[in-house]
Parts: sequence; C-alpha cells; structure tokens
Amino acid sequence: MSNLIKGKKHEWETVIGLEIHAQVKSNSKLFSNSSTVFGSKPNSQVSLVDAAMPGMLPVINRYCIEQAVKSGIGLNAKINNHSVFDRKNYFYADLPQGYQISQYKYPIVGEGKVTIDFKDGTSKDIRIVRLHLEQDAGKSLHDQNPTKTYVDLNRSGVALMEIVSEPDIRSADEAGLYISKIRSILMYLDTCDGNMQEGSLRADVNISVRKPGDDYGTRCEIKNLNSIKFIKQAINYEVKRQIEVLEEGGVIEQNTLLFNTSSGKTSPMRSKEEAHDYRYFPDPDLLPLDINQEDIDKLKNAIPELPDDRKTRYISDYNLSNYDASVLTSDKYVSDYYDTIIESDKTLKDSSKIVVNWLTSELFSLLNDKNIQINNSPVTPQNLGKLVKLITEDIISGKIAKEVLVEMFNTKQDPEKIIEKKGLKQVTNTSEIETIVDEVLKENQIIVDQYLSGKDKLLGFFVGQSMKKSQGKANPKILNEIIKIKLSKKK
Amino acid sequence: MKLDTNTINKIAKLARIRLSEQEANDLLRDMNSILDWVEQLNEVNTDDVEPLANISSSILPHRKDVAKDINSTDEILKNSPDKLEGYFVVPKVVE
Repeated sequence: MSNLIKGKKHEWETVIGLEIHAQVKSNSKLFSNSSTVFGSKPNSQVSLVDAAMPGMLPVINRYCIEQAVKSGIGLNAKINNHSVFDRKNYFYADLPQGYQISQYKYPIVGEGKVTIDFKDGTSKDIRIVRLHLEQDAGKSLHDQNPTKTYVDLNRSGVALMEIVSEPDIRSADEAGLYISKIRSILMYLDTCDGNMQEGSLRADVNISVRKPGDDYGTRCEIKNLNSIKFIKQAINYEVKRQIEVLEEGGVIEQNTLLFNTSSGKTSPMRSKEEAHDYRYFPDPDLLPLDINQEDIDKLKNAIPELPDDRKTRYISDYNLSNYDASVLTSDKYVSDYYDTIIESDKTLKDSSKIVVNWLTSELFSLLNDKNIQINNSPVTPQNLGKLVKLITEDIISGKIAKEVLVEMFNTKQDPEKIIEKKGLKQVTNTSEIETIVDEVLKENQIIVDQYLSGKDKLLGFFVGQSMKKSQGKANPKILNEIIKIKLSKKK
Repeated sequence: MKLDTNTINKIAKLARIRLSEQEANDLLRDMNSILDWVEQLNEVNTDDVEPLANISSSILPHRKDVAKDINSTDEILKNSPDKLEGYFVVPKVVE
C-alpha cells in the first residue's frame, strides 16, 4: 500500500511520531493521596504536596508503578529494573512546583513494539522508544475572562504514562490505527480508562515530510490532541501545509503548533521567548526507583489476554478472518461480549462468523442509533446467541430475526418468548407449505403459463408470493423445493 | 570552564530573576570561582562511572493507592491574592 502524497511537483512521504499521554487509572495521585476523580469542584482535590507548599515531600504511589510496568509488558517492551525521577523545569501558571517530576534519562520502560492491522489483511509494527511516568499539570481556563486566566489544580500531580513512538508512522490512517491499538491494549490491561473526551488519553504528534529516500525533514509538533478524528484531521492539514511551503521553495521552521478544531487548521503556539531549556536533573526529593525481577515476573504472570492474543485465538479457534478478528478485539467490551455469546452455547462455535455479522452489523446499528455502548446493551449476549441459534436451526428466517432483534432491543425479552408470543416460528411442515403454494399457483394461472413457456425467471415471483402468504414464516429452502416440484409436474 | 555575562543573564531569565548589571557582574565572579573550585574534581578519572544521583542507601518508600477526600478548595486558596468560584485567578497567560 503506497502512502505517498502527490504534491504539485513531486511525491512526498509523511513521517510521523506520536507521544501519547495516558492517565494511569488510579484512585490517588502519583506522589500524593488526593483523589483523581474527574469533574470534581475546582481545587477540591489539591493536597499541600500538589500545591507545592514549602517543605512538602512526594511519596510515590506503588500502584502507579505497577500499572506502568504492566503497560510496558503489554507493549512488548523492556522493563527497566532501575529508573530515575527527574525535574523538568519550566514556569507556567498551572504548574505550582515550577517543575514537573518526570523521567528523562532512565525511564521505567524501554523499547517495545505494537502491531497495527489494515483492512486488506496486512499489518505493520510500530516501534516504541520508551514509556515513562510523570505528573500531569493543572488546568488553565483562558476563555472565561478577557484579561485573566483561571487555574484549577485538581489534575495537578495525577500520574501519566508518556508513551513515545519511533517515527515509523506514514499516514493519518496509520496514526489513527496506532493510537486505537495503544488505547485498546491499555484498556485490556485496565491501566488507563481510555476516555479521550475526559483527556485520559491525549497525543502530541510530530510531523515532517520528505521526498522518498531522503533524510527526515524538519518536523513540527502539534500539541494536545484528544480525539482520533482530530488527530487525523490535524495530520492531513499539516502535511498539505508543509508540502505547499516546500514546493514553493520555502523552508519548514521547527515549531510547536496548536490545532483549531473548528477551523481545521494548525497555527504556531505563542512564540517562545527562547527555545525550551528544561534543565533536567535528578529530583533530590526522590530516590531512584528499583524494581526487583520477582515483582516484575509476578505482574507478567497476571497479565490478562491482550488484543493480539485474542485475535490469534479467534482466527485459529473460530476461523474468523484477520480483519473480523481485529475489529472484534479492538474494543475489549465488544470482544468480551462476543466471547460470552460463543461460550453460552456449544453449537455456536460452528456459527462464529454468523455471530460476528449479527453483532457487528445488526446489533451495532441499533446501538449506534441510540448511542448506547455495548456494555449497556439491552440485548444480552446470551439472548443474541439464542437468536443466532434460532436462525441456524431454521426455526426463524433471517428476515424475521431482524424484526425479533428490534423487539429484543426494545423490550429486553428472550427471543424464544418473542417468537412464541407473536407466532413467528418458521413453517417447516411440508403439507402446510404445499397448501400455500397450491393457492398461489391457482391464483396466478397466467403467470404459471408464462413460466411453463420458458420464462424461468418467474420462479422468484412464486417464491415471493408464497412467502408473503405465509407472512414470512415459510422455511425458504423447503418452499423453493416444493414450488419447483409442483411447477415441474405441470410441464 | 568560564562563564560569560550572557550565560548569567540566560540563567537569570530561565529562573525569572531580574538582575542589575552590577548584580550580574558580581554573580559572574562568584560563579566562576565556584566552578574553578569544583573543577578540581576533573583530576579524578570517572570513565565508565555512572553519575551518582543520591548517596543514600535506603530504597524509595512507597504509598498505597488510597485517596483521601480532602475538600481542599478553601484551604488551598487561602494564600491566593485573587480567586473566583474556587479557581485561582492569575493574569492572562496566553495572547
């Protein structure tokens, strides 16, 4: 698959690296015991440590360390037994300490990789440089007052995992797949809630363009994007901008950009008085973080089945295609739902592909219409399994099943009860079907004659009429056979 | 290693400290003599020695992941010269 972009003069290659900030799903902050609950009253979750009162000392949250290690394992990465917390120094109104505690030279997690899957069945590895732990800053509101900024420190000190990729990404679509994959892995591990609207997962995107085969071009960084849609939009806009500048003979200035979600354009952040000079040094308040191998192994053994393992299992055990398997496993809740269906009845394993279709097209479209998440679906996995079984056992037709599913969705009822109550059971009794067919043939003598004179296509007409007469309940296979036999007898 | 006034001024700027010319010159002299003194350490061969961040032999103490409901708004804003509805209010920091 070629990702080259045609400019006016040449073809260009996009080079993208991502820094993802994922909030650790913990009760309390990285170095203090204040709560991390989202949406609380401003400044209500700020301890004296978070507000950087003089003399306050940070004490690390053990759970956050474990979540970073688990995430590293999920990213197939090297876990470092020894890592160090550094101070990254800069002044900003929502950073009371005047520095952020982060990890610079010795991060807790080193090189790893994740695999992204394309629609055409191919896949690609994206290398991870590192994952490190750091503090989040507070939140500044700039648009409430023309001359003032309002600051809320509730988020100050919350644990983040910064996940840095190599510049291995070549298009907006690949960037989207990459961030979805990271999100999915973290959600399987339960180390991050993956909620992008609430900012639990956000990304900085580094972008440059080059002619194929050339060295990397000068890159720009787009800060703080919190939806996959915006990430793709921002990349597409920025790539076009850079190509235009270069083809007109200009140069790209290394710059930090913001993406305006309403205009769809990127623009430089307020120009810094000078280039960033963070003067990193080891935080004198914190000893180095040493993790023994035994603890790492313990965490490794407790890692749940991850999306890639599940995908492999779906392909080998259920005979699903690579694409179907990756669609199902990309969302843990969808995948759990699917597993529950298959496990609810032994025979469903043989209908695994039919189950996929009823889940990802029929049920998804009902859920999407009402904007309901799969984990809140009014149709339970057990009931969807029953519905599929009713279809595969020829008790109802696919068409009737769609009606039944809507009813299940609206009333949360068992499909068997619905078809019982509404009398929707498929008619497989041959004499009953024969009676219907006889009636149809009798009522349409002219068309029967036309059929007999060679218009074979009219067979469908008799099938349609008979089906209608049976109110959609006739078993299509039996119906077809009976019509064919009856017509051939008339020849 | 010798510092010059530009470096002194850059460090001052990063630390958001305003220096008079006299103060900058005094600091230049002081810091150069400190650096000269520290430079004696260069006499020791430190090839293949990792920098030592901490001389303590104790290990990093941990804390359990338990959140305390502190409802800190009033206390935390006590020292703030300007506040509104639970927020710190500061001069606008973007243009």
